[in-house]
Amino acid sequence: MEHNNQKLVEQVERELLSTIGQKYKNERFWIGLLTVISLFGVGAWIYQLKRGLGVTGMRDYVSWGLYIALLFFFVGISLIGALVSSVLRFTGTKWRYPLLRIAEAVTLSAILFAGVMPVLDMGHPERLYYLVTNGRIQSPILWDVLAIATYFTGSLIYFYLPLVPDLALMRDKLTGISKFRVWLNKFMAINWTGTPLQHKLLKRAMGIISVVILPCAISVHTISAWLIAMTMRTGWNTSIMGPYFVFGALMAGCAMMILVMALLRNGYRLQHYLGHTHFDKLGMLLLALTAFYLYLNINKYGVPAYNMEKDEKEFLDDLMFGRYKIPFWFVQIGGLVIPIILLSFKKIRSSIRYIVPVAALVMVGAIVNRYLIVVPNMLHPFVPIQHPLPGYDSYNPTWIEWAISTAGFTGFILFIILLFKPFPVITIWETMESVEKNGVDEVGLEYMSNQKYAPRYENYEN
Amino acid sequence: MKAEDNNSRRNFLRMGMITTATAAVAGIGLSKVLSKDKAEKGSGEEVKVLSADGKVFVADSSHLKLKTHTPVTNAESRIGIPGKKFVMVIDLAKCEGCGKCTIACNKMHHLPKQREWIKVLEMQDSHDSAPYWFVKPCFHCDNPPCTKVCPVDATFKREDGIVAIDNERCIGCRFCMAACPYSARVFNWSEPMWVEYSAKQGDTTSKSTCCSKIEDVDPTDNDAPPERFFESKKGCVEKCDFCPHMAREGKLPCCVTGCGKDAIYFGDQNEDAVTNKSGQTVSLSQLLEDKAGYRFMEELGTKPRVYYLPPVNRQFPKPDMKNSESKS
Repeated sequence: MEHNNQKLVEQVERELLSTIGQKYKNERFWIGLLTVISLFGVGAWIYQLKRGLGVTGMRDYVSWGLYIALLFFFVGISLIGALVSSVLRFTGTKWRYPLLRIAEAVTLSAILFAGVMPVLDMGHPERLYYLVTNGRIQSPILWDVLAIATYFTGSLIYFYLPLVPDLALMRDKLTGISKFRVWLNKFMAINWTGTPLQHKLLKRAMGIISVVILPCAISVHTISAWLIAMTMRTGWNTSIMGPYFVFGALMAGCAMMILVMALLRNGYRLQHYLGHTHFDKLGMLLLALTAFYLYLNINKYGVPAYNMEKDEKEFLDDLMFGRYKIPFWFVQIGGLVIPIILLSFKKIRSSIRYIVPVAALVMVGAIVNRYLIVVPNMLHPFVPIQHPLPGYDSYNPTWIEWAISTAGFTGFILFIILLFKPFPVITIWETMESVEKNGVDEVGLEYMSNQKYAPRYENYEN
Repeated sequence: MKAEDNNSRRNFLRMGMITTATAAVAGIGLSKVLSKDKAEKGSGEEVKVLSADGKVFVADSSHLKLKTHTPVTNAESRIGIPGKKFVMVIDLAKCEGCGKCTIACNKMHHLPKQREWIKVLEMQDSHDSAPYWFVKPCFHCDNPPCTKVCPVDATFKREDGIVAIDNERCIGCRFCMAACPYSARVFNWSEPMWVEYSAKQGDTTSKSTCCSKIEDVDPTDNDAPPERFFESKKGCVEKCDFCPHMAREGKLPCCVTGCGKDAIYFGDQNEDAVTNKSGQTVSLSQLLEDKAGYRFMEELGTKPRVYYLPPVNRQFPKPDMKNSESKS
């Protein structure tokens, strides 16, 4: 058994090292496509800068639209890092190791684009530095900027720390890579030699950051909820907004994690490492989160719907039976109820083929819900909208907004792909350590003897 | 008073020298010596100048610049007019919904026709209650939700009660618009139109191509800009400003003077006096007491500086609500 484990550990090292520099399936095509879409979005933004925000569908009543909805979405997605790296760490979950770096990469990319979205929405982005020179700490926007910056920095540290031993491993064992990569590995490995003291210090640092990152993560999304909860508007002005955002975010993040894992598993041939155990466990997590989110939705809409206060009634009528009835019921039924039912079956949960569409459904529901949180409320101010100019009493995003928003998504995915060009998708040393201690089954590795699914050996010599 | 060529300006300045003392009292700022720029040769004609802080000094006449408006520094426009607390009272019983206040406001602020800083709405509180006209400017709240959320202090509360916007500071995040429960704020989504109502009714030009502006002021002159928060700028939020430049000169806002029916009063709460278009000045507290004045949506706790007198014993026909299916 001991001997067998040792052999498996060596296999893990060999296989995971060989993923570095490996090309993602059809990499050129995907990177090219994503780059083109992203650049088109950049062009659309330049056009918007020149012409003003008038090229969007936003007007005086609906003064926030797609960009702010996407800001909330990206901040939400970014919470997955804290969930996987911190919460699962505290609970001592052993299958978490292969997911750690993916979760941190998703977090890093999401929080980066969460920082970009509000800039796209600004009337004067060139005055952004006023936030520093003339910032007023009373404004929730300042809190949001500080929280996003803090969380980004924390996530960057949390991405880097566990990377150090891997970089040392790459420095020592990879051959046939470019001079720059050799230098980069050496530079970033900061003289890691794996001494007991270094291990002790690293473990301690990771322990600290895993505690610190959690309040950061929760605050960053609570504050984005406060951006709207701290206004006096029907449907927004509610104290449930903070937890509503945080749990909606964990749900969306979990769904996004499943999707990204499925893509990477396929694209990088990681079938040994991202196995059915992981999808099953994440599926269970997703089930719990969707169920809890449904509960929050019942609270958020059910309580005012029972009271039927005048302004709430008009808003809820519009949302549930009026202009927004289709997206609203899609989110509640398609994005929550149906996934809850489907995820209740172990067969569906543990089958990667089935869980991916379910996660995609939850994801689409989460995006549509962000839109529903932002837009319909703005059409129901206290003072009635009368004799509006054409286009002022509704909101239909223009192609400029769609182009820029789509570019936000493609940029988000592109960043993740590029992040995994120089760095291993799966944390090598932690996985090895865990396999050594707990065995492959506990970590969730599978089919280790089936070489069909193993990454190709390219840059690795024994 | 515009001095086109050197000669006439010099002549005017000479005249100005004689009357410097009185001019200062009359509110015509006539000082501000430009820095002695060597590149700019003086005319050689030296004149004595009395500065705003009472100092007399000698300057070349060609270095003098004439200011025709009341000089107000940026800092001063942020503080407001000392000792004042501006307040507005709108008598809904007198309002017939003619919309002349909006027209006057647009004319003053060079806004296109549909851009309304002061709106006239048809309101009906419940199905069986009587409809009435509701005039809605910015309420210049004493507990303004909009200034609270501004991340860069671009919108702020002045000591004289006015909530103003600095459009050189505004970053266009529109958080204040989301925060205002009264939808008082509007945004310049595109390059704003600068409308010259005086030349020809409804004659619109793009702002960027327009040269003549109110009172002929160089907006880049930071030393003494007039109190003009209302200059529409692309990517900035704007709203009713209570016409602070008029108040500085002791005049009524243009919606008050434009009102067809004496329905709007404006004044100073410290003096406990408000005045309407006809020049009737009445005691604010007495008016609110006699006519049961109230503030819109008091329950929000924003403490508006605009009071309403209920639409009782109306002198004019009520609005026809069939024409305005409210909400959406």
